[in-house]
Amino acid sequence: MTTLDTTEASGMIMTKTAEDTGTLAKTATAARAGEHETKISASAVSVFYGEKQALFDVTIDIPARQVMAFIGPSGCGKSTFLRCINRMNDTIDICSVKGKIEIDGANIYDPKIDPVLLRARVGMVFQKPNPFPKSIYDNIAYGPRIHGVAKAGSAMDEIVETSLQRAGLWNEVKDRLHEPGTGLSGGQQQRLCIARAIAVNPDVILMDEPCSALDPIATAKVEELIDELRTRYTIVIVTHSMQQAARVSQKAAFFHLGNLIEVDETDRMFTNPTDQRTQDYITGRFG
Amino acid sequence: MSVSLLFAIVLVLALVGYFLGRANASGLKASGKNLHSIPPYHGYYIALWCGLPAFVLVLVWQAAQGSIIDQILIAGLPSHLTEGTSAARVSLILGEIKNVAAGRVFGTPEPAVIEAAEHYKSLQSTASLALVACTLAVAVGGIAFARARLSPDFRARNRVDGILRGLLIICSVLAILTTLGIILSLLIESFAFFSRVPVLSFLFGMEWSPQMAIRSDQVAAEGAFGAVPVFWGTIFISAIAMFVALPVGLFSAIYLVEYADKRVRSFVKPLLEILAGIPTIVYGFFAVLTVAPFIREFGMSLGLDVASNSALAAGGVMGIMIIPFISSFSDDAISAVPQSMRDGAYALGATKAETIRQVLLPAALPGIVGGVLLAVSRAIGETMIVVMAAGLTATLTANPLEGVTTVTVQIVTLLIGDTEFDSPKTLAAFGLGLVLFISTLVLNIVALQVVKRYRERYE
Ligand SMILES: Nc1ncnc2c1ncn2[C@@H]1O[C@H](COP(=O)(O)OP(=O)(O)O)[C@@H](O)[C@H]1O
Ligand SMILES: [Mg+2]
Repeated sequence: MTTLDTTEASGMIMTKTAEDTGTLAKTATAARAGEHETKISASAVSVFYGEKQALFDVTIDIPARQVMAFIGPSGCGKSTFLRCINRMNDTIDICSVKGKIEIDGANIYDPKIDPVLLRARVGMVFQKPNPFPKSIYDNIAYGPRIHGVAKAGSAMDEIVETSLQRAGLWNEVKDRLHEPGTGLSGGQQQRLCIARAIAVNPDVILMDEPCSALDPIATAKVEELIDELRTRYTIVIVTHSMQQAARVSQKAAFFHLGNLIEVDETDRMFTNPTDQRTQDYITGRFG
Repeated sequence: MSVSLLFAIVLVLALVGYFLGRANASGLKASGKNLHSIPPYHGYYIALWCGLPAFVLVLVWQAAQGSIIDQILIAGLPSHLTEGTSAARVSLILGEIKNVAAGRVFGTPEPAVIEAAEHYKSLQSTASLALVACTLAVAVGGIAFARARLSPDFRARNRVDGILRGLLIICSVLAILTTLGIILSLLIESFAFFSRVPVLSFLFGMEWSPQMAIRSDQVAAEGAFGAVPVFWGTIFISAIAMFVALPVGLFSAIYLVEYADKRVRSFVKPLLEILAGIPTIVYGFFAVLTVAPFIREFGMSLGLDVASNSALAAGGVMGIMIIPFISSFSDDAISAVPQSMRDGAYALGATKAETIRQVLLPAALPGIVGGVLLAVSRAIGETMIVVMAAGLTATLTANPLEGVTTVTVQIVTLLIGDTEFDSPKTLAAFGLGLVLFISTLVLNIVALQVVKRYRERYE
């Protein structure tokens, strides 16, 4: 069982690397054309919690290697939609999803897709930092270990170091890798969680209000990090703060009462929204 | 007059005192005085002063009356009945006197006894009259005393609060004192035992046959009180019990928390916990009448030699009994791991099994360990099942199909049928009890400490 998992996982990782190079080449072409290629494409996605419908026919294209911000008043379904992208909603019994979401052209709701493997490709960072009650090292090593990417020893050490470096945490924790991750400050914990997601080498990172539990300085660090990460990863971030959306995102999507109202370049949406509801939200009329 | 009637009267007096105090204070208030405390507190103050001393008096009186009367009776008996006889004989005579006084006459009692019985009756009635008189006097005196202290400035509220706090403290102290008393009696009797049998030969001796040592020439026979086989029996049976209870309890907890849907859970969890409420004697029946014969027959069919009392039967059934300890502690511990831990693991692409094994169980481990330790201390202290199913012979064996005996079983058998607590045989029970007490105490303390530390982690 374990061996099977391992081979499957490493198989997946290998195909992914092949894809990666492909994507890279394509992105390069797309960049030359001044357009970003679509990474995630959702069409007519509806989500139900039991009887209650939380999302109505959401259709959206999310570009690769950019930061897409989901904004909107609370309860409008931003988290719900985000959790569709890595099928985290599967873990909620009463939740059912209709419609199609494609990542790199493959429907992730296809019965042949294993959500467990999907989630290795689509990382997620949560509202409240949730490091495991393990050491900093083991927090990072957890993902690579379960996917059999690296066993232990120097290969794992390297993954841990790279991930922490990409998350901008290496210098702060390199001398205490074997202390518990829960002992870090809130901001450090959140960057640890980002490093943990990076360690399984995903293409997409989903972030659900990653700064809402952090102080302004920690928030600035995480935002800076998000900006750096977009050179490698496709990032979708849910945020409550309009300023944050303006600072970190290139594109923004506005949700209202379970409907996707408007998707546009962040700058354009904030200066010149097309829909009245977007306008009202941005100017602080509700939310 | 019966004591309960007396209590009722005191209660009524206290009530009267309450209204008196309240009316008094209200009167003061009506006359324009500024009261420190509102009138009901004046009432409570009088009521407490009326009721409490009287109540305490009745209790103390009841406790002392019996032995004082006994002393007077003995002093009044003719010398040929009391001189040179043992304390046991004197208490027999006392019993006879009381029987005669109550009209239960067997045979022909001595004239001195009949006379003493008359004396006893008159003492009894005098005593109860005196009790009534004293109690009423104290109650009324209390009212008068408290009433005299009432004035507008009187801090009745603070006084009442003080008295109530005192009462609460006394109650908690009583509970502690009882525990201390138990420990003390255990210690004293154990010292008596260890003054006859050396501690080391008790703790490390390999042979246990206390029944042989009742003859005085064998009192110091050291081999007879080697408790190792008995300790071993307890450890062995507890280990078998944990071997059954740990996997079943832990796995059912995992199932209930992580897999079962709400309806199944709300049905199965209480059902599991019922196991803890079944009287252990019923488990004993089950072990003797169902499990032991089954094991025996099964063993025979395999050509094994199975004793009719086997450690396996007792340990297995005990394991079933402690399943709910482990399952409910593990259930609590696993449920207490925040959902965000599960989300974190799932989001990294962990399967459910990986999440449980690598994230939930390590995080819940301290709570689970706490539950296991409590379950172990429960298993060590369990008596009924082993008395019925494990046997009485102290054998030092690792074969679960043989009978073994445990500390608790030995305590029971040592104390049965013997009323004198001065032979090493009966005192040995206290030695065993002390060891049992210390080990379960240590286990409990460690368990609670572990559970507490773990609670703090996710506050
Ligand atoms: N686990 C759940 N069970 C039932 N209803 C849910 C659940 N999660 C979210 N909802 C409902 O779905 C709607 C959208 O919620 P959510 O996606 O969390 O909003 P947002 O993240 O935009 O604040 C809300 O009305 C919420 O009550
Ligand atoms: Mg949300």
